[in-house]
Amino acid sequence: MSAADLVTSTPSRRGPGHSRTTRIVIYGLLFLFALVYLVPLLVMVMTSLKPLDEVTGGNMFALPRHLTFAPWSMAWGEARIGVSETRGISGYFFNSVKMVVPAVLISTLLGALNGYVLTKWSFPGHKLVFGMMLFACFIPFQSVIIPMAVILGMLGRIGVNLADLTGWSFGLGNATVNLVIVHVIYGLGFTTLFFRNYYAAFPSELIKAAMIDGASFFQIFRRILLPNSTPIIIVTVIYQFTNIWNDFLFGSTFAAGDTAPMTVALNNLVNTSTGVVEYNVNMAAAIIAAAPTLLVYVIAGRYFVRGLMAGAVKG
Amino acid sequence: MATLEINSLRKRFGTIEVLKGIDITLEKGGFLVLVGPSGCGKSTLLNTIAGLEGISSGEIRIGGAVVNDLHPSKRDIAMVFQSYALYPNMSVAENIGFGMEMRGVPRAERDQAVASVAKTLQIEHLLSRRPSQLSGGQRQRVAMGRALVRRPSVFLFDEPLSNLDAKLRVDMRVEIKRLHQTTGTTIVYVTHDQIEAMTLATKIAVLKNGELQQVGSPSEIYNRPANMFVADFMGSPAMNLLEGTVVQADGQQRIALARKDGSSIMLPVPASADPAGLKDGAKVIFGIRPEAVNDDESMDRNARSVIRFDASVEIIEPAGSDTYVVIRVAGKEVTARMRADADVRLGQPHTFAFNLDKAVLFDPATTRRI
Repeated sequence: MSAADLVTSTPSRRGPGHSRTTRIVIYGLLFLFALVYLVPLLVMVMTSLKPLDEVTGGNMFALPRHLTFAPWSMAWGEARIGVSETRGISGYFFNSVKMVVPAVLISTLLGALNGYVLTKWSFPGHKLVFGMMLFACFIPFQSVIIPMAVILGMLGRIGVNLADLTGWSFGLGNATVNLVIVHVIYGLGFTTLFFRNYYAAFPSELIKAAMIDGASFFQIFRRILLPNSTPIIIVTVIYQFTNIWNDFLFGSTFAAGDTAPMTVALNNLVNTSTGVVEYNVNMAAAIIAAAPTLLVYVIAGRYFVRGLMAGAVKG
Repeated sequence: MATLEINSLRKRFGTIEVLKGIDITLEKGGFLVLVGPSGCGKSTLLNTIAGLEGISSGEIRIGGAVVNDLHPSKRDIAMVFQSYALYPNMSVAENIGFGMEMRGVPRAERDQAVASVAKTLQIEHLLSRRPSQLSGGQRQRVAMGRALVRRPSVFLFDEPLSNLDAKLRVDMRVEIKRLHQTTGTTIVYVTHDQIEAMTLATKIAVLKNGELQQVGSPSEIYNRPANMFVADFMGSPAMNLLEGTVVQADGQQRIALARKDGSSIMLPVPASADPAGLKDGAKVIFGIRPEAVNDDESMDRNARSVIRFDASVEIIEPAGSDTYVVIRVAGKEVTARMRADADVRLGQPHTFAFNLDKAVLFDPATTRRI
């Protein structure tokens, strides 16, 4: 029985025989709540497909009379973002991508490695170390901003020195690299928690068998543990992706101007105080900003629930 | 030369000593079964042999070389785990070949070795399957294949049959025995099942609380248990242990078993006991296996020393091949193993007989055999 087998079984959906009325009430309520949650998105989508005069002059819930994709191309390539020279949110979108992808991959990999060590190579004091890492999950973002700024400043100076010596700063001092560092450190507590709980239920006999087979520390990790960790990897990736993509505080603090991530750019676009507020462009930009996380949920969402359950039940 | 030698092995977890000076040697081709109740240290002992756990003091030699500090993969051992521990993400062939892959054996050579082992175990048709697609017995076979392919000097089995259902367990037991006989491998096998121990072993080591109680051949363990623990643990139903007194009668030492009505059954001293250890008036524990309690009709024809007595039948348990009859002697329940069609009736008196050739005596103070 592998750890993966345990989490792929779905509970039976057949409840006790409900009466017709009960069923109507249940589905009616579900439909109502679904509608409540979907209306804002619907309004956003409809608004983003209307010309501006229709937005300002018309009913928010009315269907677009003149369907137009101009607000989308405006938002993507032409809209003015704050005081920046760069037009459109496309550049910022890719800033976010460049930040999120490495941050998610590194924090997930390190979390897996931590979980592996904390459960299968436990050392004296491993509970204390894990407890302190858990503590990291509960530290509010705001309280680490100033220490983080100090450390990033130090790294930036090291980067300048390295650039003087070797001609390359190794990325130190670069805003995107800084954000990757911040998000990896901040995410480590969560990713470690996820993987530790998952690996705690992972059969130790497999590790022993691999040791007898002559596999090294990293070979066991790569060949035995990681291939059997798909559910928890998906959970961690979704969780980290959503958190990092949606982060505003670190992005606005440590990356300014053209290096800012998507969330900051969206804020700058929406909060522009000059001219007419182009609601249709704002809506299009907001949907673009939310699209990646939505997409991740749609693709991998079903693993999310299963994986979270696995961690919760067996932790 | 012994293939496996364990000398005064001790293992401590913090202040708790779980192995208290173990000495065992196993010859090449031997089948050593470590048996004992839960928590007796038998699995820990196996893990120290495998190198999965360190030892506190003592020495382990495999093929003459001290392996105390060697990594498990360097000890020339292979292990079959209780849960089989097959890698779920690999096919059967990859599972069997993983160890060789880790040691950098070329693919062609690996495939050949896997194929030959698969042939021996008759799992050739399973090679491309994943462990999750196999039945319990098939997983068991793959786990053995993974061990066999290494050609180690010692095989270690950690309760390999305890996850199987009763019928499959008997089949696999026979298969392990056949494997041992045909390949002549050296095996150390942990179990808490005394029947597995008796049927498989060439040598049994009984453990309790981290101490070795007795090491010997199955027949030594069964017929001449070193102490009351071994006597009670090995054999099903368990050996009958009755309290008796050493007395002088007719100028000879006898063992008297007092009965409820004030009379006593007088038994000659069993041949297994050392008369020097018996003092008149001393209490002794008289041990006799259920199959040595019988009646005249089915008594072993070769029995030299037989004592008859009457007792009423309290419980009858027909088991198909035998009938277990519970009677009361010397204030204790005694189980007799009689033939299936024995003419006994509940509550009726019947004449039973002890076959004293198979009886043993224990000292109640030390629990050791006299």
